[in-house]
Amino acid sequence: MGSDSVASLRGVKLVYHEPSRETLAVDGLDLEVKRGEFLSIVGPSGCGKTSVLSLITGLLTPSEGSVEVLGVSPAEARGRIGYMLQRDALLDWRTIERNVLLGLEVKRALTPESRSRALALLDKYGLGDFRRHYPAELSGGMRQKAALIRTLAAEPELLLLDEPFSALDYQTRILLEDEVRSIIKQGGYTAVLVTHDIAEAICMSDRVVVFSGRPARVKRSVGIDLAGTAFERRSRAGFGALFDLIWKELREE
Amino acid sequence: MSREHMEYLKKLKRGRRLTAAVRILLLALLLGLWEASGRLGLADPFIVSSPSRVVSTALRLYESHDLFPHILTTFYETVVGFVSGTAIGVAAAVLLWFSPFLRRVLDPYLVVLNALPKIALGPILIVWVGAGPGAIIVMALLVSTVVTVMSVLSGFTEQGREREELMRTLGASRLQTFMKAVLPASVPTIMSALKISVGMSWVGVIVGEYLVSKRGLGYLIVYGGQVFKLDLVMASIVILCVLAAIMYYAVAAFEKRIDKRFGRE
Ligand SMILES: Nc1ncnc2c1ncn2[C@@H]1O[C@H](COP(=O)(O)OP(=O)(O)OP(=O)(O)O)[C@@H](O)[C@H]1O
Ligand SMILES: [Mg+2]
Repeated sequence: MGSDSVASLRGVKLVYHEPSRETLAVDGLDLEVKRGEFLSIVGPSGCGKTSVLSLITGLLTPSEGSVEVLGVSPAEARGRIGYMLQRDALLDWRTIERNVLLGLEVKRALTPESRSRALALLDKYGLGDFRRHYPAELSGGMRQKAALIRTLAAEPELLLLDEPFSALDYQTRILLEDEVRSIIKQGGYTAVLVTHDIAEAICMSDRVVVFSGRPARVKRSVGIDLAGTAFERRSRAGFGALFDLIWKELREE
Repeated sequence: MSREHMEYLKKLKRGRRLTAAVRILLLALLLGLWEASGRLGLADPFIVSSPSRVVSTALRLYESHDLFPHILTTFYETVVGFVSGTAIGVAAAVLLWFSPFLRRVLDPYLVVLNALPKIALGPILIVWVGAGPGAIIVMALLVSTVVTVMSVLSGFTEQGREREELMRTLGASRLQTFMKAVLPASVPTIMSALKISVGMSWVGVIVGEYLVSKRGLGYLIVYGGQVFKLDLVMASIVILCVLAAIMYYAVAAFEKRIDKRFGRE
Protein backbone atom coordinates (compact mmCIF):
# COMPACT_ATOMS: atom_id res chain seq x y z
CA MET A 1 0.00 0.00 0.00
CA GLY A 2 1.44 3.33 -1.06
CA SER A 3 1.70 6.26 1.30
CA ASP A 4 -0.84 8.12 -0.83
CA SER A 5 -3.52 5.57 0.04
CA VAL A 6 -5.97 6.76 2.68
CA ALA A 7 -8.20 3.70 2.84
CA SER A 8 -7.61 0.30 1.41
CA LEU A 9 -9.99 -2.66 1.43
CA ARG A 10 -8.69 -6.03 0.24
CA GLY A 11 -10.77 -9.14 -0.40
CA VAL A 12 -13.37 -7.91 2.02
CA LYS A 13 -16.35 -10.06 2.87
CA LEU A 14 -19.11 -9.06 5.25
CA VAL A 15 -21.91 -11.26 6.52
CA TYR A 16 -24.75 -10.02 8.71
CA HIS A 17 -26.01 -12.59 11.16
CA GLU A 18 -29.57 -12.49 12.34
CA PRO A 19 -31.49 -15.19 14.17
CA SER A 20 -33.66 -15.88 11.15
CA ARG A 21 -31.04 -15.63 8.39
CA GLU A 22 -27.62 -14.50 7.37
CA THR A 23 -27.06 -11.88 4.71
CA LEU A 24 -23.98 -11.73 2.55
CA ALA A 25 -23.67 -7.98 2.10
CA VAL A 26 -20.14 -7.62 0.70
CA ASP A 27 -18.00 -10.23 -1.03
CA GLY A 28 -14.56 -10.00 -2.59
CA LEU A 29 -14.42 -6.24 -2.48
CA ASP A 30 -11.20 -4.41 -3.35
CA LEU A 31 -11.24 -0.66 -3.02
CA GLU A 32 -8.54 1.94 -2.69
CA VAL A 33 -9.06 5.59 -1.80
CA LYS A 34 -6.14 7.86 -2.61
CA ARG A 35 -5.12 10.95 -0.71
CA GLY A 36 -6.90 14.08 -1.95
CA GLU A 37 -9.30 12.06 -4.05
CA PHE A 38 -13.05 12.62 -4.16
CA LEU A 39 -14.58 9.22 -4.78
CA SER A 40 -18.25 8.46 -5.36
CA ILE A 41 -19.89 5.09 -4.91
CA VAL A 42 -23.07 4.30 -6.82
CA GLY A 43 -24.89 0.99 -6.77
CA PRO A 44 -28.30 -0.63 -6.67
CA SER A 45 -30.39 -0.04 -3.61
CA GLY A 46 -29.49 -2.37 -0.75
CA CYS A 47 -26.28 -3.59 -2.40
CA GLY A 48 -24.05 -2.84 0.58
CA LYS A 49 -22.80 0.75 0.18
CA THR A 50 -23.55 1.85 3.72
CA SER A 51 -22.01 -1.38 4.95
CA VAL A 52 -18.75 -0.50 3.19
CA LEU A 53 -18.67 2.91 4.89
CA SER A 54 -19.33 1.25 8.24
CA LEU A 55 -16.38 -1.06 7.57
CA ILE A 56 -14.15 1.94 6.91
CA THR A 57 -15.23 3.70 10.13
CA GLY A 58 -14.82 0.51 12.11
CA LEU A 59 -18.48 0.41 13.15
CA LEU A 60 -18.35 -3.06 11.58
CA THR A 61 -15.49 -5.53 11.18
CA PRO A 62 -15.13 -7.66 8.03
CA SER A 63 -15.83 -11.39 8.15
CA GLU A 64 -12.87 -11.89 5.82
CA GLY A 65 -10.21 -9.72 4.23
CA SER A 66 -8.53 -6.60 5.53
CA VAL A 67 -9.42 -2.96 5.97
CA GLU A 68 -6.72 -0.40 6.52
CA VAL A 69 -7.39 3.28 7.11
CA LEU A 70 -4.70 5.94 7.34
CA GLY A 71 -2.13 3.17 7.67
CA VAL A 72 -3.73 1.60 10.72
CA SER A 73 -6.84 -0.41 11.59
CA PRO A 74 -10.19 1.41 11.47
CA ALA A 75 -10.53 1.18 15.25
CA GLU A 76 -7.20 2.97 15.72
CA ALA A 77 -8.15 5.57 13.12
CA ARG A 78 -11.40 6.43 14.86
CA GLY A 79 -11.68 10.13 15.49
CA ARG A 80 -9.58 10.83 12.39
CA ILE A 81 -12.47 9.86 10.12
CA GLY A 82 -15.46 12.12 9.60
CA TYR A 83 -18.77 10.44 8.89
CA MET A 84 -21.76 12.37 7.68
CA LEU A 85 -25.06 10.56 7.75
CA GLN A 86 -28.10 10.89 5.57
CA ARG A 87 -30.03 12.53 8.37
CA ASP A 88 -28.12 15.36 9.95
CA ALA A 89 -28.45 14.03 13.54
CA LEU A 90 -27.83 17.51 14.92
CA LEU A 91 -28.43 17.67 18.67
CA ASP A 92 -31.49 19.87 18.89
CA TRP A 93 -30.81 21.25 22.39
CA ARG A 94 -27.44 22.64 21.31
CA THR A 95 -26.95 25.78 19.28
CA ILE A 96 -25.39 25.39 15.84
CA GLU A 97 -22.11 26.62 17.31
CA ARG A 98 -22.12 24.01 20.06
CA ASN A 99 -23.14 21.32 17.60
CA VAL A 100 -20.19 22.20 15.43
CA LEU A 101 -17.84 21.99 18.41
CA LEU A 102 -19.14 18.55 19.45
CA GLY A 103 -16.40 16.55 17.74
CA LEU A 104 -13.62 18.63 19.25
CA GLU A 105 -15.27 18.38 22.67
CA VAL A 106 -15.46 14.62 22.44
CA LYS A 107 -11.82 14.40 21.40
CA ARG A 108 -10.92 16.79 24.23
CA ALA A 109 -9.23 18.92 21.63
CA LEU A 110 -11.24 22.05 22.27
CA THR A 111 -8.65 24.81 22.58
CA PRO A 112 -9.14 28.50 21.83
CA GLU A 113 -7.34 27.92 18.51
CA SER A 114 -9.31 24.85 17.41
CA ARG A 115 -12.47 26.59 18.50
CA SER A 116 -11.87 29.69 16.44
CA ARG A 117 -10.86 27.55 13.48
CA ALA A 118 -14.15 25.66 13.73
CA LEU A 119 -16.15 28.85 14.06
CA ALA A 120 -14.32 30.32 11.10
CA LEU A 121 -15.74 27.47 9.04
CA LEU A 122 -19.25 28.58 10.00
CA ASP A 123 -18.48 32.11 8.84
CA LYS A 124 -16.78 30.94 5.69
CA TYR A 125 -19.65 28.76 4.63
CA GLY A 126 -22.38 31.26 5.34
CA LEU A 127 -23.74 30.04 8.66
CA GLY A 128 -21.96 32.62 10.81
CA ASP A 129 -25.18 34.51 11.49
CA PHE A 130 -26.87 31.36 12.70
CA ARG A 131 -24.31 30.20 15.24
CA ARG A 132 -26.58 30.97 18.18
CA HIS A 133 -29.65 29.47 16.54
CA TYR A 134 -31.02 26.03 17.29
CA PRO A 135 -31.21 23.36 14.56
CA ALA A 136 -35.02 23.54 14.51
CA GLU A 137 -34.74 27.13 13.30
CA LEU A 138 -32.75 26.19 10.19
CA SER A 139 -33.90 24.91 6.81
CA GLY A 140 -33.09 21.37 5.73
CA GLY A 141 -30.23 22.52 3.50
CA MET A 142 -28.71 24.68 6.23
CA ARG A 143 -28.96 21.85 8.73
CA GLN A 144 -27.18 19.51 6.37
CA LYS A 145 -24.48 22.11 5.82
CA ALA A 146 -24.14 22.54 9.58
CA ALA A 147 -23.72 18.78 9.86
CA LEU A 148 -20.97 18.94 7.25
CA ILE A 149 -19.22 21.72 9.13
CA ARG A 150 -19.50 19.73 12.34
CA THR A 151 -17.80 16.85 10.54
CA LEU A 152 -15.10 19.12 9.13
CA ALA A 153 -14.52 20.90 12.45
CA ALA A 154 -13.17 17.70 13.95
CA GLU A 155 -10.42 17.98 11.30
CA PRO A 156 -10.87 14.54 9.77
CA GLU A 157 -8.30 13.09 7.41
CA LEU A 158 -10.95 11.13 5.59
CA LEU A 159 -14.51 12.24 4.99
CA LEU A 160 -17.36 9.78 4.43
CA LEU A 161 -20.70 11.03 3.16
CA ASP A 162 -23.67 8.66 3.04
CA GLU A 163 -26.36 10.09 0.75
CA PRO A 164 -26.08 13.47 2.45
CA PHE A 165 -28.48 15.22 0.10
CA SER A 166 -31.17 12.62 -0.40
CA ALA A 167 -33.57 14.18 2.09
CA LEU A 168 -33.40 17.61 0.42
CA ASP A 169 -35.52 19.18 -2.28
CA TYR A 170 -34.07 19.34 -5.78
CA GLN A 171 -33.09 23.00 -5.78
CA THR A 172 -31.38 22.91 -2.40
CA ARG A 173 -29.65 19.77 -3.48
CA ILE A 174 -28.09 21.31 -6.61
CA LEU A 175 -26.93 24.35 -4.66
CA LEU A 176 -25.49 22.28 -1.85
CA GLU A 177 -23.73 19.87 -4.21
CA ASP A 178 -21.97 22.82 -5.72
CA GLU A 179 -21.00 24.21 -2.35
CA VAL A 180 -19.91 20.93 -0.83
CA ARG A 181 -17.71 20.09 -3.79
CA SER A 182 -15.92 23.40 -3.59
CA ILE A 183 -15.55 23.09 0.20
CA ILE A 184 -14.03 19.64 -0.18
CA LYS A 185 -11.76 20.49 -3.10
CA GLN A 186 -10.53 23.76 -1.61
CA GLY A 187 -9.90 22.15 1.74
CA GLY A 188 -7.92 19.37 0.05
CA TYR A 189 -10.02 16.74 1.83
CA THR A 190 -10.17 13.10 0.86
CA ALA A 191 -13.81 12.13 0.56
CA VAL A 192 -16.02 9.16 -0.24
CA LEU A 193 -19.58 9.94 -1.24
CA VAL A 194 -22.34 7.36 -1.46
CA THR A 195 -25.26 8.37 -3.66
CA HIS A 196 -28.14 6.99 -5.69
CA ASP A 197 -27.94 9.86 -8.10
CA ILE A 198 -25.65 9.26 -11.09
CA ALA A 199 -25.60 12.93 -12.08
CA GLU A 200 -24.62 13.88 -8.55
CA ALA A 201 -21.80 11.36 -8.56
CA ILE A 202 -20.45 12.68 -11.87
CA CYS A 203 -20.61 16.35 -11.03
CA MET A 204 -19.11 16.04 -7.58
CA SER A 205 -16.29 13.55 -7.78
CA ASP A 206 -12.98 12.68 -9.43
CA ARG A 207 -13.84 9.01 -9.77
CA VAL A 208 -17.05 7.02 -9.68
CA VAL A 209 -17.07 3.42 -8.53
CA VAL A 210 -20.06 1.32 -9.61
CA PHE A 211 -21.00 -1.46 -7.20
CA SER A 212 -22.64 -4.68 -8.31
CA GLY A 213 -25.91 -5.80 -6.75
CA ARG A 214 -25.65 -7.50 -3.37
CA PRO A 215 -23.14 -8.80 -2.41
CA ALA A 216 -21.26 -5.63 -3.22
CA ARG A 217 -18.17 -5.82 -5.42
CA VAL A 218 -16.54 -3.13 -7.50
CA LYS A 219 -18.00 -3.59 -10.95
CA ARG A 220 -16.39 -0.67 -12.67
CA SER A 221 -14.35 2.38 -11.83
CA VAL A 222 -14.83 5.46 -13.99
CA GLY A 223 -12.47 8.43 -13.86
CA ILE A 224 -14.17 11.81 -14.27
CA ASP A 225 -12.13 14.59 -15.81
CA LEU A 226 -14.63 17.33 -16.35
CA ALA A 227 -13.63 20.90 -15.59
CA GLY A 228 -15.54 23.38 -13.47
CA THR A 229 -17.79 23.43 -10.46
CA ALA A 230 -20.38 20.77 -9.77
CA PHE A 231 -23.03 22.92 -11.40
CA GLU A 232 -20.95 23.76 -14.48
CA ARG A 233 -20.10 20.11 -14.95
CA ARG A 234 -23.74 19.30 -15.61
CA SER A 235 -23.57 21.16 -18.94
CA ARG A 236 -20.13 19.93 -20.08
CA ALA A 237 -19.91 18.01 -23.33
CA GLY A 238 -18.62 14.79 -21.76
CA PHE A 239 -21.32 14.65 -19.09
CA GLY A 240 -23.91 12.78 -21.13
CA ALA A 241 -21.50 10.07 -22.26
CA LEU A 242 -20.36 9.44 -18.68
CA PHE A 243 -23.95 9.32 -17.51
CA ASP A 244 -24.82 6.73 -20.18
CA LEU A 245 -21.80 4.64 -19.36
CA ILE A 246 -22.59 4.46 -15.64
CA TRP A 247 -26.30 4.04 -16.24
CA LYS A 248 -25.61 1.04 -18.49
CA GLU A 249 -23.44 -0.57 -15.83
CA LEU A 250 -26.13 -0.08 -13.22
CA ARG A 251 -28.98 -1.22 -15.40
CA GLU A 252 -27.35 -4.59 -15.98
CA GLU A 253 -27.71 -5.33 -12.29
CA MET B 1 -43.72 46.03 16.88
CA SER B 2 -46.38 46.26 14.21
CA ARG B 3 -49.99 47.12 14.97
CA GLU B 4 -51.13 43.71 13.90
CA HIS B 5 -48.75 42.07 16.30
CA MET B 6 -49.99 44.27 19.16
CA GLU B 7 -53.55 43.34 18.28
CA TYR B 8 -52.53 39.73 18.24
CA LEU B 9 -50.91 39.97 21.69
CA LYS B 10 -53.97 41.73 23.03
CA LYS B 11 -56.20 39.00 21.70
CA LEU B 12 -53.96 36.39 23.24
CA LYS B 13 -54.19 38.10 26.62
CA ARG B 14 -57.95 38.42 26.38
CA GLY B 15 -58.21 34.73 25.60
CA ARG B 16 -56.13 33.86 28.63
CA ARG B 17 -58.20 36.05 30.91
CA LEU B 18 -61.39 34.51 29.63
CA THR B 19 -60.11 31.02 30.35
CA ALA B 20 -59.14 31.98 33.89
CA ALA B 21 -62.47 33.69 34.53
CA VAL B 22 -64.50 30.71 33.31
CA ARG B 23 -62.35 28.40 35.40
CA ILE B 24 -63.12 30.35 38.57
CA LEU B 25 -66.78 30.62 37.67
CA LEU B 26 -66.97 26.87 37.19
CA LEU B 27 -65.43 26.28 40.60
CA ALA B 28 -67.85 28.73 42.20
CA LEU B 29 -70.75 27.08 40.42
CA LEU B 30 -69.76 23.61 41.61
CA LEU B 31 -69.26 24.79 45.18
CA GLY B 32 -72.57 26.68 45.04
CA LEU B 33 -74.44 23.60 43.78
CA TRP B 34 -72.82 21.46 46.45
CA GLU B 35 -73.80 23.87 49.20
CA ALA B 36 -77.29 24.45 47.81
CA SER B 37 -78.10 20.76 47.39
CA GLY B 38 -77.71 20.27 51.14
CA ARG B 39 -79.55 23.44 52.16
CA LEU B 40 -82.45 22.93 49.78
CA GLY B 41 -82.88 19.38 50.98
CA LEU B 42 -81.93 17.78 47.63
CA ALA B 43 -79.36 15.61 49.34
CA ASP B 44 -78.56 14.70 52.90
CA PRO B 45 -75.63 16.87 54.10
CA PHE B 46 -74.74 14.10 56.51
CA ILE B 47 -73.90 11.92 53.48
CA VAL B 48 -72.60 14.43 50.91
CA SER B 49 -71.30 17.09 53.30
CA SER B 50 -71.04 20.68 52.02
CA PRO B 51 -68.43 23.39 51.52
CA SER B 52 -69.39 25.19 54.70
CA ARG B 53 -69.21 21.97 56.72
CA VAL B 54 -65.83 21.17 55.14
CA VAL B 55 -64.49 24.57 56.14
CA SER B 56 -65.80 24.34 59.70
CA THR B 57 -64.38 20.82 60.04
CA ALA B 58 -60.98 22.04 58.87
CA LEU B 59 -61.17 24.98 61.27
CA ARG B 60 -62.02 22.69 64.16
CA LEU B 61 -59.07 20.48 63.31
CA TYR B 62 -56.86 23.54 63.20
CA GLU B 63 -58.07 24.80 66.55
CA SER B 64 -57.40 21.47 68.21
CA HIS B 65 -53.87 21.60 66.76
CA ASP B 66 -54.51 18.46 64.73
CA LEU B 67 -54.54 19.86 61.21
CA PHE B 68 -50.87 20.56 60.56
CA PRO B 69 -49.46 17.42 62.15
CA HIS B 70 -51.68 15.38 59.82
CA ILE B 71 -50.77 17.44 56.77
CA LEU B 72 -47.07 17.44 57.57
CA THR B 73 -46.99 13.70 58.16
CA THR B 74 -48.51 12.94 54.78
CA PHE B 75 -46.47 15.61 53.02
CA TYR B 76 -43.23 14.41 54.56
CA GLU B 77 -43.91 10.78 53.62
CA THR B 78 -44.76 11.76 50.06
CA VAL B 79 -41.73 13.98 49.53
CA VAL B 80 -39.32 11.41 50.95
CA GLY B 81 -40.95 8.60 48.96
CA PHE B 82 -40.99 10.64 45.76
CA VAL B 83 -37.46 12.00 45.96
CA SER B 84 -35.82 8.72 46.92
CA GLY B 85 -37.99 6.69 44.57
CA THR B 86 -37.14 8.95 41.65
CA ALA B 87 -33.44 9.00 42.48
CA ILE B 88 -33.28 5.21 42.73
CA GLY B 89 -35.38 4.84 39.58
CA VAL B 90 -33.20 7.16 37.49
CA ALA B 91 -30.00 5.57 38.80
CA ALA B 92 -31.30 2.11 37.93
CA ALA B 93 -32.30 3.27 34.45
CA VAL B 94 -28.80 4.70 33.88
CA LEU B 95 -27.22 1.44 35.02
CA LEU B 96 -29.48 -0.56 32.71
CA TRP B 97 -28.63 1.72 29.77
CA PHE B 98 -24.94 1.08 30.28
CA SER B 99 -25.41 -2.68 30.43
CA PRO B 100 -27.63 -4.07 27.65
CA PHE B 101 -26.97 -7.54 29.03
CA LEU B 102 -28.36 -6.68 32.43
CA ARG B 103 -31.26 -4.98 30.68
CA ARG B 104 -32.14 -8.14 28.78
CA VAL B 105 -31.80 -10.27 31.89
CA LEU B 106 -33.96 -8.04 34.05
CA ASP B 107 -36.57 -7.15 31.45
CA PRO B 108 -39.20 -9.76 32.45
CA TYR B 109 -38.70 -8.97 36.13
CA LEU B 110 -39.35 -5.30 35.47
CA VAL B 111 -42.44 -6.13 33.44
CA VAL B 112 -43.86 -8.25 36.25
CA LEU B 113 -42.95 -5.68 38.88
CA ASN B 114 -44.65 -3.02 36.79
CA ALA B 115 -47.79 -5.08 36.24
CA LEU B 116 -48.07 -6.08 39.89
CA PRO B 117 -50.32 -3.83 41.98
CA LYS B 118 -47.76 -2.76 44.55
CA ILE B 119 -50.53 -2.43 47.12
CA ALA B 120 -50.56 -6.20 47.30
CA LEU B 121 -47.15 -5.97 48.95
CA GLY B 122 -48.56 -3.85 51.80
CA PRO B 123 -48.87 -6.63 54.41
CA ILE B 124 -45.35 -7.86 53.64
CA LEU B 125 -43.95 -4.36 54.03
CA ILE B 126 -45.71 -3.96 57.35
CA VAL B 127 -44.13 -7.15 58.63
CA TRP B 128 -40.70 -6.30 57.30
CA VAL B 129 -40.48 -2.58 57.98
CA GLY B 130 -42.93 -2.27 60.84
CA ALA B 131 -46.38 -0.70 61.03
CA GLY B 132 -45.30 2.92 60.89
CA PRO B 133 -44.22 5.72 58.61
CA GLY B 134 -41.35 3.52 57.38
CA ALA B 135 -43.71 1.11 55.64
CA ILE B 136 -45.64 4.00 54.11
CA ILE B 137 -42.51 5.61 52.72
CA VAL B 138 -41.30 2.32 51.31
CA MET B 139 -44.66 1.82 49.66
CA ALA B 140 -44.48 5.24 47.99
CA LEU B 141 -40.87 4.65 47.03
CA LEU B 142 -41.68 1.29 45.47
CA VAL B 143 -44.55 2.64 43.42
CA SER B 144 -42.60 5.63 42.12
CA THR B 145 -39.34 3.74 41.54
CA VAL B 146 -40.91 1.21 39.22
CA VAL B 147 -42.66 3.76 36.98
CA THR B 148 -39.53 5.89 36.92
CA VAL B 149 -37.27 3.03 35.83
CA MET B 150 -39.66 1.97 33.10
CA SER B 151 -40.30 5.37 31.57
CA VAL B 152 -36.77 6.78 31.92
CA LEU B 153 -35.19 3.67 30.46
CA SER B 154 -37.49 3.69 27.47
CA GLY B 155 -36.60 7.37 27.05
CA PHE B 156 -32.91 6.44 26.97
CA THR B 157 -33.25 3.55 24.55
CA GLU B 158 -35.70 5.20 22.17
CA GLN B 159 -33.15 7.80 21.16
CA GLY B 160 -32.44 5.77 18.07
CA ARG B 161 -29.21 4.31 16.81
CA GLU B 162 -28.40 7.34 14.73
CA ARG B 163 -27.14 9.62 17.47
CA GLU B 164 -25.25 6.83 19.14
CA GLU B 165 -23.60 6.03 15.82
CA LEU B 166 -22.78 9.67 15.30
CA MET B 167 -21.11 9.82 18.69
CA ARG B 168 -19.18 6.66 17.97
CA THR B 169 -17.87 7.98 14.68
CA LEU B 170 -16.75 11.12 16.48
CA GLY B 171 -14.72 8.78 18.67
CA ALA B 172 -16.88 9.23 21.78
CA SER B 173 -16.69 6.81 24.68
CA ARG B 174 -19.86 5.24 26.04
CA LEU B 175 -19.82 7.69 28.93
CA GLN B 176 -19.46 10.65 26.57
CA THR B 177 -22.27 9.30 24.40
CA PHE B 178 -24.48 9.12 27.46
CA MET B 179 -23.58 12.51 28.87
CA LYS B 180 -23.59 14.48 25.63
CA ALA B 181 -26.27 12.78 23.55
CA VAL B 182 -28.51 10.35 25.42
CA LEU B 183 -29.06 12.15 28.72
CA PRO B 184 -29.80 15.64 27.37
CA ALA B 185 -32.10 14.16 24.73
CA SER B 186 -34.00 12.35 27.48
CA VAL B 187 -34.60 15.41 29.65
CA PRO B 188 -38.24 15.79 28.50
CA THR B 189 -38.92 12.10 29.16
CA ILE B 190 -37.33 12.31 32.59
CA MET B 191 -39.42 15.34 33.40
CA SER B 192 -42.67 13.69 32.41
CA ALA B 193 -41.58 10.64 34.40
CA LEU B 194 -41.19 12.94 37.42
CA LYS B 195 -44.73 14.18 37.00
CA ILE B 196 -46.10 10.64 36.85
CA SER B 197 -43.90 9.62 39.75
CA VAL B 198 -45.11 12.41 42.01
CA GLY B 199 -48.70 11.28 41.46
CA MET B 200 -47.70 7.69 42.14
CA SER B 201 -46.06 8.69 45.42
CA TRP B 202 -49.35 10.14 46.62
CA VAL B 203 -51.07 6.89 45.75
CA GLY B 204 -48.42 4.94 47.66
CA VAL B 205 -48.63 7.17 50.73
CA ILE B 206 -52.41 7.28 50.97
CA VAL B 207 -52.69 3.53 50.50
CA GLY B 208 -49.95 3.04 53.08
CA GLU B 209 -51.79 5.26 55.53
CA TYR B 210 -55.00 3.35 54.91
CA LEU B 211 -53.20 0.23 55.97
CA VAL B 212 -51.11 1.19 58.96
CA SER B 213 -51.02 4.72 60.11
CA LYS B 214 -52.28 6.60 63.11
CA ARG B 215 -51.66 9.96 61.53
CA GLY B 216 -51.91 11.71 58.18
CA LEU B 217 -54.60 12.58 55.67
CA GLY B 218 -55.03 8.97 54.56
CA TYR B 219 -55.64 8.02 58.16
CA LEU B 220 -58.21 10.82 58.55
CA ILE B 221 -60.05 9.61 55.47
CA VAL B 222 -60.24 6.02 56.65
CA TYR B 223 -61.10 7.03 60.19
CA GLY B 224 -63.79 9.47 59.00
CA GLY B 225 -65.32 6.73 56.87
CA GLN B 226 -65.36 4.24 59.71
CA VAL B 227 -67.10 6.56 62.17
CA PHE B 228 -69.34 8.01 59.46
CA LYS B 229 -67.93 11.53 59.65
CA LEU B 230 -68.21 12.35 55.96
CA ASP B 231 -67.33 15.99 56.68
CA LEU B 232 -63.94 14.86 57.87
CA VAL B 233 -63.48 12.65 54.80
CA MET B 234 -64.39 15.48 52.43
CA ALA B 235 -62.22 18.00 54.26
CA SER B 236 -59.21 15.65 54.05
CA ILE B 237 -59.79 15.04 50.36
CA VAL B 238 -60.00 18.77 49.64
CA ILE B 239 -56.74 19.37 51.51
CA LEU B 240 -55.19 16.47 49.64
CA CYS B 241 -56.23 18.00 46.32
CA VAL B 242 -54.54 21.27 47.24
CA LEU B 243 -51.34 19.52 48.39
CA ALA B 244 -51.15 17.32 45.29
CA ALA B 245 -51.65 20.34 43.05
CA ILE B 246 -48.93 22.30 44.87
CA MET B 247 -46.47 19.47 44.47
CA TYR B 248 -47.34 18.95 40.82
CA TYR B 249 -46.80 22.60 40.04
CA ALA B 250 -43.53 22.58 41.95
CA VAL B 251 -42.33 19.75 39.71
CA ALA B 252 -43.61 21.60 36.63
CA ALA B 253 -41.72 24.73 37.69
CA PHE B 254 -38.59 22.65 38.16
CA GLU B 255 -39.11 21.23 34.68
CA LYS B 256 -39.27 24.73 33.21
CA ARG B 257 -35.98 25.68 34.83
CA ILE B 258 -34.26 22.53 33.59
CA ASP B 259 -35.61 23.07 30.08
CA LYS B 260 -34.22 26.56 30.09
CA ARG B 261 -30.80 25.27 31.03
CA PHE B 262 -30.91 22.95 28.07
CA GLY B 263 -31.90 25.76 25.78
CA ARG B 264 -35.45 24.74 25.08
CA GLU B 265 -38.34 27.12 25.19
N1 LIG C 1 -27.67 -4.44 10.73
C1 LIG C 1 -28.02 -5.28 9.73
N2 LIG C 1 -28.41 -6.53 10.02
C2 LIG C 1 -28.76 -7.38 9.03
N3 LIG C 1 -28.73 -7.08 7.73
C3 LIG C 1 -28.35 -5.85 7.38
C4 LIG C 1 -27.97 -4.89 8.36
N4 LIG C 1 -27.64 -3.74 7.74
C5 LIG C 1 -27.80 -4.00 6.43
N5 LIG C 1 -28.22 -5.25 6.21
C6 LIG C 1 -28.48 -5.86 4.90
O1 LIG C 1 -27.30 -5.79 4.14
C7 LIG C 1 -27.57 -5.40 2.82
C8 LIG C 1 -26.77 -4.18 2.46
O2 LIG C 1 -27.21 -3.09 3.26
P1 LIG C 1 -26.64 -1.62 3.12
O3 LIG C 1 -27.38 -0.77 4.07
O4 LIG C 1 -25.17 -1.66 3.24
O5 LIG C 1 -27.04 -1.28 1.61
P2 LIG C 1 -27.01 0.13 0.86
O6 LIG C 1 -26.37 -0.10 -0.43
O7 LIG C 1 -26.46 1.19 1.72
O8 LIG C 1 -28.57 0.34 0.65
P3 LIG C 1 -29.34 1.70 0.36
O9 LIG C 1 -29.10 1.99 -1.06
O10 LIG C 1 -30.77 1.33 0.61
O11 LIG C 1 -28.81 2.74 1.29
C9 LIG C 1 -29.06 -5.21 2.72
O12 LIG C 1 -29.62 -6.35 2.13
C10 LIG C 1 -29.52 -5.07 4.14
O13 LIG C 1 -30.79 -5.65 4.30
MG1 LIG D 1 -27.33 3.00 2.57
